[in-house]
Amino acid sequence: MPQNSAEALTAQRKTTSRRPAGTLYRGREGMWSWVLHRITGVAIFFFLLVHILDTALVRVSPEAYNAVISQYQTPIMGLGEVALVGAIVFHAFNGLRIIAIDFWNAKYQRVLFYVVIGLWVITMLAFTPRHLINVFSH
Amino acid sequence: MSTPTLESPPAVPEEIQSFTVTLSVRRFNPETDEDPHWENYDVEMYATDRILDALHKIKWEQDGSLSFRRSCAHGICGSDAMRINGRNRLACKTLIKDLDITKPVTVEAIKGLPLEKDLIVDMEPFFESFREVQPFLMAQNTPKDGKERIQTVAQRERFDDTTKCILCAACTSSCPVFWTDGQYFGPAAIVNAHRFIFDSRDENAAVRLDILNDKEGVWRCRTTFNCTEACPRGIQVTQAIAEVKQAIMRGKP
Repeated sequence: MPQNSAEALTAQRKTTSRRPAGTLYRGREGMWSWVLHRITGVAIFFFLLVHILDTALVRVSPEAYNAVISQYQTPIMGLGEVALVGAIVFHAFNGLRIIAIDFWNAKYQRVLFYVVIGLWVITMLAFTPRHLINVFSH
Repeated sequence: MSTPTLESPPAVPEEIQSFTVTLSVRRFNPETDEDPHWENYDVEMYATDRILDALHKIKWEQDGSLSFRRSCAHGICGSDAMRINGRNRLACKTLIKDLDITKPVTVEAIKGLPLEKDLIVDMEPFFESFREVQPFLMAQNTPKDGKERIQTVAQRERFDDTTKCILCAACTSSCPVFWTDGQYFGPAAIVNAHRFIFDSRDENAAVRLDILNDKEGVWRCRTTFNCTEACPRGIQVTQAIAEVKQAIMRGKP
């Protein structure tokens, strides 16, 4: 009998697709805006941490400070700045959206999400070309 | 007595189209399995059938060991909340015609509560939070010259939306905060607190607001709106939570 059930079990296993984990929860705009808000928030936190440390360096040694800051003038850092501004702009606009949800009305959250995306695109279109011209013309 | 027979068979209505639907069910037997695994079943279904009918067909005709909860089967008891195609739904309210059947339909247990077997989870942590918000009318006074506590239409309307809850846990188990932090009260408990906080007949709103003004209370809500989207009763859950947040800041409903 135990042998039988073991056989049945292997037969059953064969029909099984190997996807041990559950599926990803398919949330909508609200969930993904939260995911983006969290990712950009953590990224901004780490940027601020580094930023405070490098600014504090000026009190330790101005030469070291200058060396670090000159590293930031490279094109790679320029592209990084685009990502940083993108993260901050999204976090700021979406933060306003969350305030509106909590203090005003949750009914328009989906519309507001697309308003946030629209404002983000407009801001980035205004910022990115100007910034990249600065970065690459040096 | 002879059975009456028809001279000519009644006009056969045009045959209703049926479809072969593949259900991919996440199975788990705690006695033999270490981890849950996916298993596919093909069932013949009509467009008007529900996922619950498909599960019944599997259990009755293909594999009797499939376990799931269901009681009324008509969207009132709240027993058969499960994750269908990655979203929390009641199996008895999800029609085949509303799903994409060109791919297997995935069915798995709701997330964030301990998995017991197949589609059954331990609901106790969920009901624990529900009990904690004291979901019952509390009034010390005796109603004036009569038997009833009079309420205006507007006063009743104030909490109408949150009276619809059937405690199926679709909202609470769709909440990303609840998945990672089992201590969070969860949307369902807050909805049921809302129902009494904003009831003009109830006198203990302050107690419930105090319970929910906790680190694991309403402030854990990150407004992902998964709960509102998952609610089979169409309750505006996130809006209700926001109203409780505001009531806590005001100090009264």
